Amino acid sequence: MLKKIAVPIVATLIFLGLWELLVWANGWPNYIMASPSDLPAAYSKFWNLFLIMGWQTLWRTVVGLLIAIAVGVAIGMIMGFSRTMRDALYPLLVGFNAIPKATVVPIVALLFVGAHDFNTILIAFMISFFPIAVSVSIGLSTLEPEYRDILRSLGASQATIFWKIALPKTLPEFFGALKVAVTLAFIGTNLMEIVSPHGRGLGALFDSGKTNSDYPLMFAVLIALAFLGIVLYYVVVALEKVFAGWAERQPS
Amino acid sequence: MNKPLIDIKSVLHAYQTADGPLPVLNGLDVAVPEGGFVAVVGPSGCGKSTLTRLVAGLMKPDEGEVWLHGERVKGPRSTVGMAFQNPVLLEWRSILKNVMLPLEIVPTKLSKAAQEERARKLLALVGLEGFEDKRPSELSGGMRQRASLCRALIHQPEVLILDEPFGALDAFTREDLWQTMHALKAEEPFTGVLITHDLRESIFLADQVIVLSGRPAKTQYVMDIPTDGQRVLDDLYTPEAAERLNILRHQIEIAQGRAAPDGEAA
Ligand SMILES: Nc1ncnc2c1ncn2[C@@H]1O[C@H](COP(=O)(O)OP(=O)(O)OP(=O)(O)O)[C@@H](O)[C@H]1O
Ligand SMILES: [Mg+2]
Repeated sequence: MLKKIAVPIVATLIFLGLWELLVWANGWPNYIMASPSDLPAAYSKFWNLFLIMGWQTLWRTVVGLLIAIAVGVAIGMIMGFSRTMRDALYPLLVGFNAIPKATVVPIVALLFVGAHDFNTILIAFMISFFPIAVSVSIGLSTLEPEYRDILRSLGASQATIFWKIALPKTLPEFFGALKVAVTLAFIGTNLMEIVSPHGRGLGALFDSGKTNSDYPLMFAVLIALAFLGIVLYYVVVALEKVFAGWAERQPS
Repeated sequence: MNKPLIDIKSVLHAYQTADGPLPVLNGLDVAVPEGGFVAVVGPSGCGKSTLTRLVAGLMKPDEGEVWLHGERVKGPRSTVGMAFQNPVLLEWRSILKNVMLPLEIVPTKLSKAAQEERARKLLALVGLEGFEDKRPSELSGGMRQRASLCRALIHQPEVLILDEPFGALDAFTREDLWQTMHALKAEEPFTGVLITHDLRESIFLADQVIVLSGRPAKTQYVMDIPTDGQRVLDDLYTPEAAERLNILRHQIEIAQGRAAPDGEAA
């Protein structure tokens, strides 16, 4: 247990050390590349901004993700249970997913100008629901017919089969997709925050660092973003352990 | 008992495929008396699994009728238990909870404790005592199949439908499970339909073997196996058994079109 915590901490410290060394050895001034030793100053100067902006980034990502889960699972269920709907929706979804979201961000920013929360959540949602929908639909449509038949032959309803078999059986794939989706949603949030004028969140803080040529601040934002990303990711991992831990292979 | 418990009357069925209808069953007749155990053998793809799906009420025949204990089969009914080649145990449940799954669907008068006791009793009967709390992935293929048999019987079905349940097991495990089947049959009365590719299995377990013709399948040959006393594996190595296996093998060759039907010049 101790080792499990110590290893990543040591790895992080080594990484920071190498970074510091790199900057120092090359003699880079901090407007080219900030070093870890510049960061504490940036954090202590803007700590309240980091808290406010970090919270804004976090809650909007999570809300966008929750909507993506709801919509993604719904679309996945529709596609998983109906062949016709799968054939109809699949090309649409793939096409939609193929559009680089960086091009959608300015459109949405202009479309709903000033509606920061709405815009950000919308992009976080749009960028992250696809893997969820696909994984749920694949999980449901690849359910072996015998699994259905053992319950159906007893007279179980479609809903019962879904709750007792299809849903739990799809959970490992769902969580795999959710790990991808959580990172994507985070990217979506930040894209929007950086692009939209007078934005909010860590993305906006990053943008203001840029306009003020405050390089240590920009790097501090990057680190804060990485930290939030890690937290979100491991929340998903913890949920996966609880709900789909049975799928994990025992180390032998 | 003059009325058969399972009665399949001149059933005709075709699947709708991209290349038009594919006739699978054509004039199939099977009658199983209460407590009987019928083995169905036939060439691969001739329609044996289709037959089980019709009996289980998972599908309706295009023509003909399927009757269970004097009632026409119109849909699934809880008096049926099924097991397949794939044990389809749910990986997120313990073996005990897997076995008890049908009781969550079928209305039962048993209390929770009595349900669990029944599941434990069945598991002990098939030799899985001590494995109740294990996950399916912790069991061998043969043990999983045993658990799947318990699940098929937990709700005391009148009819047990087995679709090549031992097909994926090695020869020794399979013979073990044949004996387990006899033990189960002695404790838990049921009327059985067993689909199999193994002729020795068919004459060891069943009291009637039905050979289906090639697709579209109809009843080609029926062999009654006398049920006198307890069967032991040595019975399979008697001259009578060899004779029966010979006849069945010949009938399968006819069904496969590799031998001329009896009465015609070869
Ligand atoms: N849902 C389906 N749609 C179309 N064709 C099907 C379907 N299910 C089965 N078939 C076809 O019907 C035929 C009979 O299938 P069935 O599964 O009943 O055969 P089987 O005798 O059980 O074969 P096996 O011995 O290989 O298990 C096969 O040719 C199969 O390809
Ligand atoms: Mg089959």
